[in-house]
Amino acid sequence: MLEIHNLRVSINGNRILKGINLFINAGEVHAIMGPNGSGKSTLAHILAGRDGYVVEEGEVLFNGKDLFALSPEERAWEGLFLAFQYPIEIPGVSNATFLKTALNEIRKHRGLPELDAMDFLTTVRKRMKLVDMDPSLLGRPVNEGFSGGEKKRNEILQMAVLEPRLAILDETDSGLDIDSLKTVANGVNSLRNKDNAILVITHYQRLLDYIVPDYVHVLFDGRIVESGDKTLALDLERKGYDWIKEKTAES
Amino acid sequence: MDKDREGIDFLTQKEYEYGFVTDIEMDLAPKGLNEEIIRMISGKKGEPEEVLRWRLKAYRGWTKMKEPRWAFIEYPSIDYQDIYYYAAPRKKKRPKSMDEVDSEIVATFNKLGISLEEQEALSGVAVDAVMDSVSVATTFKKKLKELGIIFLSISEAIREYPDLVRKYLGSVVAPNDNFFAALNSAVFTDGTFVYIPKGIRCPMELSTYFRINAAQTGQFERTLIVADKESYVSYLEGCTAPIRDENQLHAAVVELVALDGAEIKYSTVQNWYAGDKEGKGGIYNFVTKRGLCGNNSKISWAQVETGSAITWKYPSIILRGDNAVGEFHSVALTNNYQQADTGTKMIHLGKNTRSTIISKGISAGHSNNSYRGLVKIGPKADNAKNYSQCDSLLIGNKCGAHTFPYIEVNNPTANVEHEATTSKISEDQLFYCNQRGIGTEEAIGLIINGYAREVFKRLPMEFAVEAQKLLAVRLEGSVG
Repeated sequence: MLEIHNLRVSINGNRILKGINLFINAGEVHAIMGPNGSGKSTLAHILAGRDGYVVEEGEVLFNGKDLFALSPEERAWEGLFLAFQYPIEIPGVSNATFLKTALNEIRKHRGLPELDAMDFLTTVRKRMKLVDMDPSLLGRPVNEGFSGGEKKRNEILQMAVLEPRLAILDETDSGLDIDSLKTVANGVNSLRNKDNAILVITHYQRLLDYIVPDYVHVLFDGRIVESGDKTLALDLERKGYDWIKEKTAES
Repeated sequence: MDKDREGIDFLTQKEYEYGFVTDIEMDLAPKGLNEEIIRMISGKKGEPEEVLRWRLKAYRGWTKMKEPRWAFIEYPSIDYQDIYYYAAPRKKKRPKSMDEVDSEIVATFNKLGISLEEQEALSGVAVDAVMDSVSVATTFKKKLKELGIIFLSISEAIREYPDLVRKYLGSVVAPNDNFFAALNSAVFTDGTFVYIPKGIRCPMELSTYFRINAAQTGQFERTLIVADKESYVSYLEGCTAPIRDENQLHAAVVELVALDGAEIKYSTVQNWYAGDKEGKGGIYNFVTKRGLCGNNSKISWAQVETGSAITWKYPSIILRGDNAVGEFHSVALTNNYQQADTGTKMIHLGKNTRSTIISKGISAGHSNNSYRGLVKIGPKADNAKNYSQCDSLLIGNKCGAHTFPYIEVNNPTANVEHEATTSKISEDQLFYCNQRGIGTEEAIGLIINGYAREVFKRLPMEFAVEAQKLLAVRLEGSVG
């Protein structure tokens, strides 16, 4: 589904990603862990198509297509979804309008009929239960005045409604209390299936207790320095990132 | 990866959709302004001597006045002797039905999607179609006449109801009120007159479509709406104009009179040619709009301003009667090199008068968008209340938004509130929308419509839909 080949990326002349290779198949959950400044969020942003990054080398294929030839919205139509670390507020635009517009844009580009208001509301209400979200949040402006937990739930709600092929969760656990974390994780787990894939980006192992990954990769200084199964996350938690630093320095 | 998005300062403009010129024979007076021209206009209109004298007085006053330069707008000086003051579609005789209307003109309206036949048949809107300076078609007159409602071109009204028109003409905007109002009073060539009799509720939205059509022809519309006691009328004004290289001067005057217990709603969607991407051409729009409220009456201005190279416009309300209510709801959008200095004046003279001002400015490109408003509470206006909210939205970082609120309170019981915000459509917001599958232009439309919703709600339904589309069209291509 996603193939990243030798990806080198810089921002303002600073090289952030220094040769990433990563392959994700349908049905898999991958986790990328790493200390602050290792390039985790850069990877998420460049996959989603955010401005300001320069690809110096390498290639990314998404469903066999050259990802960098697609605009951010085209990537979304193709089924790529990014749950933002810091969800953006859009005053004046209701959550419902925003989500309905997004869903219908994606459906339109997939050759599906657009949903009318009634069908849309039915779909959304069902999904809102998944993340235990108050229906009143639908009528409120996108993320405006939402608590940190509500914002993160809103991201997962969008994911649930838009049904992406590849969902990238960028530090979705940050700022969540344990109850919210469980709720969000349950929401994500209920969306796992053999046709989609999830890339979880996180600093802490905690989230991976609830969203159990098939593969764990450690990103350090712009490179994936270690890959393994879920036990790698536990090792990392126990030994800390210094262990990786030392290991990298040795090799 | 940046080839699809170059950032929001990349503002280009879709070519003006309605930029075509209708080929109709013109009846043109020579360029320039003097008493002879005014006599000619008045003569062509078959006006009574008194109206001619009124015009000449306004003209003599105008020659002593100075063009106002206090607004936050810049433009080269206007040579008032280099303008045509009279152009009329050459008419054989006054059309009695649509069949008699010049087929060219009908075709023009069709191109604009405002076919008269359609409107006549489907929408229940009576249209006083103004093509340049002379009314070419007036519909629904009969139906309105049954109710005693007068809906005529102002020239016809001057001839047919001279006493009624003279009683109110200039009663709200005096001929010497300001430079542009004086100019208009001297040379106005057409416009609309509406009279709603006592206790009558006008059963349909009355509307006028303006269209400026002759090169270098100033357009001097004069609109006068009188709502007699306990009556109601909703009036729509919508405008488009063809592409021209040279700036076209437009100085209209609109006067509203709401007698005791009456209500007037006046809605405008304005989409005149704003000039090209470099700021060349476009309409100069210097308008004086003002309403006068009697006891227990109400006037509401709702406007969506998207066009014109320059907009100088302050639809105002004098709340003279007790318990009178004034409302101003405005969306003003500027793009490229457009300049708008617009707002309102709420003059509270009566007791318990209330006013609301909601102004939403949107600036994109290199444009400048200013809100200028006055709230004045007179010494006898006990318990007067005003609430003002002035919001500015910026798209890109080369445009400007400015707010000039003036508040004068001469009565200690007054309650005046003013709120203002400035926000910006950020790259983050656009990226967020993009990531959810919403393209940038669509995203801007979504954000703008959300931002201006409060004003759209005030417009008649069909106008609201048109206005939303218009904002999207005016910002189309504004983001790469």
